[in-house]
Amino acid sequence: MNDQGLSGAVPQGLNAAGIADDIRRERRNLRLLASPALVLVLVLIVGPMLWLFYLSFYNEHGQFTFEHYARMLDEGAYLSIFWTTFEVSLIVTVLCALFGYPLAYLLAQLPARWANVLMLGVLVPFWTALLVRTYAWLVLLQRRGLINDTLVSWGIIDQPIALVHNLTGTLIGMTHVMIPFLVLPLYATMKTIDGNLLRASGSLGASPTRAFWDVYFPLSAPGLYAGMILVFIFCLGFYVTPAVLGGGRVIMIAQRIENSVSLYPSWGAASALGVVLLLVTILLMAFGAWISKLARR
Amino acid sequence: MSNHGLSVTVTGINKKFGSHVALDNVNIAIEAGEFISLLGPSGSGKTTLLMILAGFARPDSGSVKFGDAEVIRMPPHKRNIGMMFQNYALFPHMSVGDNVAYPLKLRRTPKAEIAQRVTAALDLVKLGEYSERRIDQLSGGQRQRVALARAVVFQPQILLMDEPLSALDRNLREQMQIEIRQLHEKLGMTTITVTHDQREALTMSDRVAVIDHGKLMQFGTPEALYERPANRFVAGFIGESTFIEHEGRTLVVRPERLLVNGQATMRQAGTDAGDWITFAGRVQSVIFQGESLLSTVLLHGQKAGGQDVVLQLRQTVSRADSHNGKLNIDTDVEIALHRSDAIFLDERQS
Repeated sequence: MNDQGLSGAVPQGLNAAGIADDIRRERRNLRLLASPALVLVLVLIVGPMLWLFYLSFYNEHGQFTFEHYARMLDEGAYLSIFWTTFEVSLIVTVLCALFGYPLAYLLAQLPARWANVLMLGVLVPFWTALLVRTYAWLVLLQRRGLINDTLVSWGIIDQPIALVHNLTGTLIGMTHVMIPFLVLPLYATMKTIDGNLLRASGSLGASPTRAFWDVYFPLSAPGLYAGMILVFIFCLGFYVTPAVLGGGRVIMIAQRIENSVSLYPSWGAASALGVVLLLVTILLMAFGAWISKLARR
Repeated sequence: MSNHGLSVTVTGINKKFGSHVALDNVNIAIEAGEFISLLGPSGSGKTTLLMILAGFARPDSGSVKFGDAEVIRMPPHKRNIGMMFQNYALFPHMSVGDNVAYPLKLRRTPKAEIAQRVTAALDLVKLGEYSERRIDQLSGGQRQRVALARAVVFQPQILLMDEPLSALDRNLREQMQIEIRQLHEKLGMTTITVTHDQREALTMSDRVAVIDHGKLMQFGTPEALYERPANRFVAGFIGESTFIEHEGRTLVVRPERLLVNGQATMRQAGTDAGDWITFAGRVQSVIFQGESLLSTVLLHGQKAGGQDVVLQLRQTVSRADSHNGKLNIDTDVEIALHRSDAIFLDERQS
C-alpha cells in the first residue's frame, strides 16, 4: 500500500527515480522474507481458530445451531466456571507479582555471579516437567504430607489442615508454576534501569524508599505489566495443576472443555467454550490496555 | 602500503526525515587524496551526509561519484571504502589480529598475505605486539588505533571517519589528530571525517565543509574559513568571535587580534591612525586559562540588535612586556584593532 503513495508522486532531482525504485525493491524483499512466517501463522493459528469458531455453531448431528452459546447463558454452572477461571487467574497473577517482584529486584541488585546462581533456582523448576512439579506439591501438601506432618509433630497444629484438593492447593501450585513467567521479563526490564537514576534522585533529596517509588518502580512497571499479562493468560487455559491439586473442587474452563470432548464427545460445546474464553480474554486485555493508556496521560 | 585516493563528487543531495529537511541540495567536490572535514553543530546533517557517502543511508535524490563512477545506488559492501565508526565498532569476540584480518578474509586474500598485511597495518598504528590481545584488554586510544588499522588494511581509496576522536581525552585526541594526518600523508587515500570540533577540523584538514541546518555554508581551507568567513554562521562557528556594527558593516572581532591599553598606545604611535579601529569599554571578567587570559569587556556606546555588546579578548601576557595590558575587573579599557586584522562580513553573502 505504501508503494502507491510513492509512485503517485513524481520523483524530483538527480537519481530520485532510481533511489525510489531501490526503496520499493527493498520493501518487496522484506515482505517476501516475512511471508513464510505469515503462512505459518495463518495455517497454524488463524486457520484452527476459524475452524473452532465454525464448529461452535454446529451440534452433534451437523445442524446449524446457537444451542452451545444458549446453554452457557441458561445454566448457572457455566457462569460459575468462568467466574472461577478468572478469579483464580487473577489471584495467581497478584500472588506472582507480590512474590516475584522482590525476587526479581534481588536478582537485579546482586552481582552477576550470584544472580546467575539464584537464577538457577528460578529456572530449574521451570525446566522440570509440569506434571512432576504438580505431583510433588501433592506429596508436600496432602493430609499426611511433609508440611502437615512437620507442623503436627512440632505441635503447631493439632489436626492436619486441608492444604490440597481445594482452592489453597490450586493457588500454591499455580503460583509456583507461573512465577518464572513473571520474574524473567521483569528481571530483564530491571537490568536496563540506569543505576545513576536512583543516585540522582537520592542526591536531589529523595529517601531510598521515595526514590524506589518515584523512579525505580515506574521504570520497572512495563516489565511487571508484561509479566502479569503473560501469567494471567497462561492461567486462563491452565489444566493440569488445577485438575490435580484442586481435587474436583476448583473447576476451571480448561477442565470443562476437556470434559465436553472426552466424556460426551461434543466438539461444538467445547469449541463454544473456547470461543467465549478467547473473546472475554481479548476484551479484558483491551480494557487493561485502555486503562494503562488513561493512567499514562 | 601506499595507494592513491579517488575523488568524491557530491551533487544535489537532498534528504528529508518526514517533514524535517536533513540535507538541502548539498554539493561538494572533493579532490583525490584530499583530507576533508565535515564540520557542524549536532543535528546539522553532517553525519547523515557521511552515512550517505558510506551507503548506510539513502538520500531522496542526488549523486555521489567516486572517481567517475556513480555509487549512489550501490550497497555499502560494494563501495570498497574504509570506515571508522564513532565507538570503533570493533568485534568484541575477535582478537585484535582477527579484527584487522576480517576485511581481507572477505576479499579472499591468500592467508600468507593476510598475515603479512595485518602485521604491517598494526605496525603502522604502533600496535605490532597486540595482535593476539582481546579487544576488552585495550585502552580507548589503542582501540582507536585498531579501528584505524582495520579501516585501512585493505587499502581503500576512500576513508570515512565518524567523529573518530570524540571518545578520547584531550591530550590523546591532539596526539591522534597528528597521527591520523601523518597516516593520511603516508597512505594517500581521500579521507573524509565528521566532527563538531572546529579545532580538530582546522588541525587535520586540507579543506573543511561547514554544514548547518542541512545546508553547506562554506567549503574552503582552514585559513579561508578563519580569515574570510562567507557568512555570520561560519564566522561565529569557527574561532571565537564577537560581532560589532562598524561603519554600517558587520565586523567580526577575533579575541586574539585585539590590543589593549599600553600595547595599543605603543603600537599605534608611529602608524597612521586611520589604520586602527578603536573601542572603549569596561572590563567585566578576567579568566585565567593557562596559556592566556580571556577577558570580557562591555563596550561603551555599542549596540547590536538593541543589546549591549560584550567583547571577548585574549591576551598572552609576557612578564617582560612592561606595557602589558593586564586587565583588572571594573576598570575602563582602551582597545585597538588593526585594519589588517579586521574581518568584515560580505553583505551579499550573509
